[in-house]
Amino acid sequence: MSVMLRTLCLALAAIGFNAMPVLAQDGPLRIVIEEGVIEPLPFAAPAFIAENPSAAEFADQITRVVAADLAGTGLFREIPQSAHIARISNFDAPVSYADWKAINAQALVTGSVALGSDGRLNVKFRLFDVFSGQPMGDGLQFGGGSANWRRIAHKVADQVYARITGESGYFDSRVVFVSESGPKDARLKRLAIMDYDGANVQYLTDSSAIVLAPRFSPDGSRVLFTSYETGFPRIKMLDIASVTSQPLADLSGNMTFAPRFSPDGGTVIYSVEQGGNTDLYALALGSNQPVRLTNAPSIETAPSFSPDGTRVVFESDRSGTQQLYVMPVSGGEPTRISFGEGRYGTPVWSPRGDLIAFTKQNAGRFHIGVMRADGSEERLLTASFLDEGPTWAPNGRVIMFTRESAGAGGSAQLYSVDISGRNLRAVPTEGAASDPAWSPLLP
Amino acid sequence: MNKFSMILLLAGALGVSACNNPDRFGAGGGAGGAGGAGGITAASLGDPNDPNSPAYFNQTIGDTVRFAVDQSTLTPESQNVLAGQAQWMNQHPQYSAVVEGHADEQGTREYNIALGARRAAAVQEFLIAQGVSPARLRTVSYGKERPLAICSDEACYAQNRRAVTVITVGGGV
Repeated sequence: MSVMLRTLCLALAAIGFNAMPVLAQDGPLRIVIEEGVIEPLPFAAPAFIAENPSAAEFADQITRVVAADLAGTGLFREIPQSAHIARISNFDAPVSYADWKAINAQALVTGSVALGSDGRLNVKFRLFDVFSGQPMGDGLQFGGGSANWRRIAHKVADQVYARITGESGYFDSRVVFVSESGPKDARLKRLAIMDYDGANVQYLTDSSAIVLAPRFSPDGSRVLFTSYETGFPRIKMLDIASVTSQPLADLSGNMTFAPRFSPDGGTVIYSVEQGGNTDLYALALGSNQPVRLTNAPSIETAPSFSPDGTRVVFESDRSGTQQLYVMPVSGGEPTRISFGEGRYGTPVWSPRGDLIAFTKQNAGRFHIGVMRADGSEERLLTASFLDEGPTWAPNGRVIMFTRESAGAGGSAQLYSVDISGRNLRAVPTEGAASDPAWSPLLP
Repeated sequence: MNKFSMILLLAGALGVSACNNPDRFGAGGGAGGAGGAGGITAASLGDPNDPNSPAYFNQTIGDTVRFAVDQSTLTPESQNVLAGQAQWMNQHPQYSAVVEGHADEQGTREYNIALGARRAAAVQEFLIAQGVSPARLRTVSYGKERPLAICSDEACYAQNRRAVTVITVGGGV
């Protein structure tokens, strides 16, 4: 272990930083994402080198997006370029570690951008552990159309995040949500999709009918949602590439809502209301034969598959109030998993399988919380007048949800928080927004 | 019935017939009716003094009943209103109704859809028990999507936990 690395470890220990230096040669710099207060890791991202004049603007913007992705996690803190001593003028030049140590940058991200005459970008980057004076992993390059420059930037940031945390990233992902406008008693709602950070918004429906609670297919190409187009809530499926939608199937039942894809994308589980009673059904895509999963006089809705596809968590008021239950995917006796005070709804299984996020209502407040799949270790992450509808980042480390403010002028906004309750922040959207659903990591 | 009120009733019937799509809150978020230029809608409700008009049903009999928090039980007061609704519907077989269930904002979105459906069904069952043909009644739930009152305290919540019987033209669905 080098002197510098030892110093780093001591410094990290002194500020309660859960850093676990890996003694292998390839990566001593590591953030272990766990509970407890984390002091963000300082990094430097000098402007990526433009390999040709036409790439200059892309180089600058890509650097900004990479830095914003990392800083936005709350795990990293960018050292502003104005504080940098060293200047990077050549992507392949040796790194002057001393200059980066002097400003206490623990990680250094360098890059270069070339724009071909065919309009394609080639983006290279390297990551350095400044205090051990070594690269972290090999340099990597990404190619793509210049229109996709933000996606390329997100891919670079995902690599940096993954190399330092040991977890997969989540920046190259999208969010489908409900864009809202108009007064509270005549709200207009339309489906929209955007990058996880609010960029590249595209509207998927008009606002002629109420739309609710979209969900991605596991491959991110389709969206299930509930629409009042017919006058009654009905499930529709939308193809994102063509922006066309159609009814899921000719489903019986007065109202159908709360649709979710199975992890293999082959089945949809949803709620059917009939005569005032709401139960869960499953439909194999391509068939017209729903299978009834619950049969109770209570409300059964808001289902979510376990990532291995064997179980379903859902909410039911069979006990008298909304609570969370887990049952086998084919139906069968559910096991109650929520036992705290108040009401529990909208359970969503983490893509990692370890946790279930939920909305909790207690004593006039709403919370987003997480618990283990058996209901143990419940933790509330947020509190407000109205928080609801959690959705997981593809790596299961961050949750996005709807926060609605009170009163006649109240409106909904998207927020994100990490699973330890840190780093609560508003997700920028053009207007009011609700019901976010996070896509898987894009290929 | 004089000629004038006959025309008015007809106009009312036409206006209401434009609402056959039960989503009163659909396009533009406003109340239904014939679409005009610029999305401005117009629909006559008829004369509320005329006991044969939907306006009379809405205002004098009362088209709305309210519910307690997270409940779908009909109070005795609500049952009186609904008995009046049933009587009117039994006397006016040319009309059908869509019963809308609503919830206040203190609940999660999908649960509130189911809760509103439960409330609408409670009204529907009562009307059927009072002799209204099931074929003339449909239900829809808006959950918490269409509050009547927009403040965030109990005074408004009480108004929003409701079921509204919306009269439409046509003797059966």
